[in-house]
Amino acid sequence: MASEKVKTFTDANFGDEVKNGVVLVDFWATWCAPCRRIAPIVDQLAEEYNGKLTVAKVDIDENPMTPSKFMVRGIPTLLLFKNGDLKETIVGLETKDRLAQMIDKHL
Amino acid sequence: MSTAPGTTVRQVIIIGSGPAGLTAALYASRANLKPLLIEGIEAGGQLMLTTMVENYPGFRSGVMGPGLMAEMRAQAEHFGAEIVQGDVSSVDLSNRPFTINVDKTTYTADALIIATGASAKWLDLGVDKKLSGRGVSTCATCDGFFFKGLPVAVIGGGDTAMEEAIYLSKLATKVTVIHRRDTLRASKVMQDKAMSMPNISFIWNSEVVDIKDLDQGKVTALVLRDTKTGEKSELTVEGVFIGIGHTPNTQLFKGQLQMHDNGYLKTHDGSRTSVRGVFAAGDVQDHVYRQAVTAAGSGCMAAIDAERFLSGTLHESSHETAAAHR
Repeated sequence: MASEKVKTFTDANFGDEVKNGVVLVDFWATWCAPCRRIAPIVDQLAEEYNGKLTVAKVDIDENPMTPSKFMVRGIPTLLLFKNGDLKETIVGLETKDRLAQMIDKHL
Repeated sequence: MSTAPGTTVRQVIIIGSGPAGLTAALYASRANLKPLLIEGIEAGGQLMLTTMVENYPGFRSGVMGPGLMAEMRAQAEHFGAEIVQGDVSSVDLSNRPFTINVDKTTYTADALIIATGASAKWLDLGVDKKLSGRGVSTCATCDGFFFKGLPVAVIGGGDTAMEEAIYLSKLATKVTVIHRRDTLRASKVMQDKAMSMPNISFIWNSEVVDIKDLDQGKVTALVLRDTKTGEKSELTVEGVFIGIGHTPNTQLFKGQLQMHDNGYLKTHDGSRTSVRGVFAAGDVQDHVYRQAVTAAGSGCMAAIDAERFLSGTLHESSHETAAAHR
């Protein structure tokens, strides 16, 4: 039941998609148990920051280039981009409050 | 019930959603206590990070850890337990009802069951946490994927380390297990399984003193020290998985509940903690057995103790009796 506000990025469109604004990207895979824990939080952030923040997911099985480019070697990993620049990297689990604080710094 | 806005009042609150917390929720809901369970950041507990669990009774061909937790959760919800997302930020156990804060929400409860479990231990090098997600991991099933066709190391000699090594041996070219001693602590079954894998090798009597390379932002090698000779050596790996055990999640209760020196909660007369009305179950209070089935069993005990406490039929504990007769 992913939020409709969460986009799906791929290796093909990743660079273009993170170019503008503040973008939070959740790197995940179907087999990753902790990813299932952070998914509902990512959904809620997408709903609550609708219009201010772009929220997207990258399935690393289908899109191996992007995680490799950003040296993602563990999931879940969240990357926050502002106008194309990587600003924050969050590896593993984090509470919604702390993620919100981190996002707020860049809005 | 009239209380401050934003406050939710409950008879029983359970913190933690592993086998202990969910079993407590199952029993408390069947006792009509309408428990609220706060699942925590590591929802589902340690079993969420395992694959096949072969020692949980009732499943002769094993059961997948995440699947088992989904079943436990559904079973508790089926009987009316309410489960909320969120991580408890603070508790106040000095007065009843107890106060439990989750982000901006405050809950109060007449009885509290603590089942916050234990989390994977890190090395204490500093560099290991900095390279987390950059080649250092405490979860082979999560991160093994990134090391297909690459050499990795596993640190530790217990069941966790062996399970990680076996899992990784199917992905990595070579798995080197690094252990401080010359014998494994792991169960015989796990030892035999690990030893039989052709691409798993062991370095005994060695500890990791450094992980390279922070400047490159990824793992390139481990610096090992022989615990007998003190001699240092380097092992080239792309990934390192830490399986050196767990540390109890008891920071929330420091100064409020009695703990053992190793940080585990002290319990007596079943699941009672040092504060009346606060019960503990599972790994947070068990540094000896630490099994899914013992956690579930102690979750059941805590729910029964909480129910009796709330109905005023919990017998006086031996400690309390002793105190009264002193």
